[in-house]
Amino acid sequence: MAKHDIGYFAHEGLSNMFSHGFMSFAAVGITVACLLIMGTFTLVAVNANELLRDLEQENEILAYVDDSYTEAEAKALQKKLEAVPNVASATYISKEQAMENFVAQYPDEDMFQDLDPEILRDRYAIKITDLEQIRQTKETVEGIPGIARVNAYEEIAGGFITVRNVATVICVALIAILFVVSVFIISNTIKLTTFDRRDEIAIMRMVGATNGFIRWPFVYEGFMMGLLGAVIAFFSQWGLYAAVTRGVDNNDTLQLIHVIPFQELWVPVAVVFAAAGILIGVGGSLSAIRKFLQV
Amino acid sequence: MIRLKDVEMEYDNGTRAIKGISLTIEDGEFVFLVGPSGSGKSTIIKLLTGEVEPCRGRIMINGFSVSNISEKQIPLMRRTLGIIFQDFRLIEKKTVYDNLSFVMRAVGASPKEIKNRIPYVLQLVGLEKKADSYPTELSGGEQQRVAIARALVNNPNTIIADEPTGNLDPERSLELMSLLVKINQLGTTVVVVTHEKDLVDRFGKRVVTIDSGHVVNDSVGGYVGGNIHG
Repeated sequence: MAKHDIGYFAHEGLSNMFSHGFMSFAAVGITVACLLIMGTFTLVAVNANELLRDLEQENEILAYVDDSYTEAEAKALQKKLEAVPNVASATYISKEQAMENFVAQYPDEDMFQDLDPEILRDRYAIKITDLEQIRQTKETVEGIPGIARVNAYEEIAGGFITVRNVATVICVALIAILFVVSVFIISNTIKLTTFDRRDEIAIMRMVGATNGFIRWPFVYEGFMMGLLGAVIAFFSQWGLYAAVTRGVDNNDTLQLIHVIPFQELWVPVAVVFAAAGILIGVGGSLSAIRKFLQV
Repeated sequence: MIRLKDVEMEYDNGTRAIKGISLTIEDGEFVFLVGPSGSGKSTIIKLLTGEVEPCRGRIMINGFSVSNISEKQIPLMRRTLGIIFQDFRLIEKKTVYDNLSFVMRAVGASPKEIKNRIPYVLQLVGLEKKADSYPTELSGGEQQRVAIARALVNNPNTIIADEPTGNLDPERSLELMSLLVKINQLGTTVVVVTHEKDLVDRFGKRVVTIDSGHVVNDSVGGYVGGNIHG
């Protein structure tokens, strides 16, 4: 392809986009709508996943130290516990601290206020990396000499895993469906613009233009419409996300929810929007023009 | 050169449009193709431009064998032809200049070649002052002259005009046909499909008459036979 051809295709693509203003507006509008719907859904899923991850990390294993161990011996177990695979951290809690924590939970109950800490054991609060391996981690911790008993809330952990897996499957399925629907709608919108220009294409074919020559301006047009749609969708998404974040932050009942700042997400959002917009635009153009290129 | 040898053409719906036509048009000839509606004239044009393939027989156009041409060669074959339609088929959103430049672009001409060629062709058809006009700002005759300029701009071996005067008044028709004769005199083969008996008789060129898918007359000097309006 000659250099002047590239300039010509880009110029034709751009001028076609403007000369078929309404249809271009429709195609860009649909791209924006589809990307916004997909983007919003994905960002909700990413935040929900992050929230679940935070909740998962709150879930900890309690490892109780054998009564016969002195405080120094009990503290010495920390390194062994931290060396166990899948253990993120192990925090030592003496029986006195444990009693304080217990009493603090029941400030109005006089009967708990003067309990002897000796009825409790020294313990470790262990946080783990992968919740799915909680059973194996529990068994390994139980095997360490000096650990008398381990409490791991496997059912709760299993619940989190199920919720996360189901949410992931639903998200992926919905995003895939939305993507296919977007390509279909945009392809049909561009098909309408192509139909509007069938005479032009017929003339080009009659004067001996190759299919490549006919196709390129449409590819450029699809590319530019997809990119324009992606840029508009990106800034709209940013505005929408910022508004929702402000709403959540200002709502007292939603204080537990931590929304990931858009500054941490804008790069992947921009890349995915640009890639999806271009893919939708170019794919839609190619699919739309195919039938007009048959001899 | 155009050569059809025992060409037969039947459409998918069973219509036998061409029933064994043999015809040779030498380089530089001017030929009228006449016949009633449904005689097979349009099918011959479609065969010549590679829009449809013959069921039997051979077609050679300007060195290309159209009867077994590959898809990649079709654009190359079409570049040897300049086609003029009854309804002009100009792109309304482009100026006269752009209507011509885009067909030169389509065959890979450089901006310099385009800049040099278009004024010459517009001058040839008498529209040098209309380069910046849009087709809707032109009369029917002027639009058809733009269509002729477009057919000429890539310097084809052969011009094929399908009812070029169908939408024009008698004066403009005569003017346009004279222009085609002038182009022919410059060395381009011209094939004109028409049903305008007066025009055919006036120019005294070779006339091939088609009826019911056959060549029923091939002579020089004017139309021979009955009513060609069909």
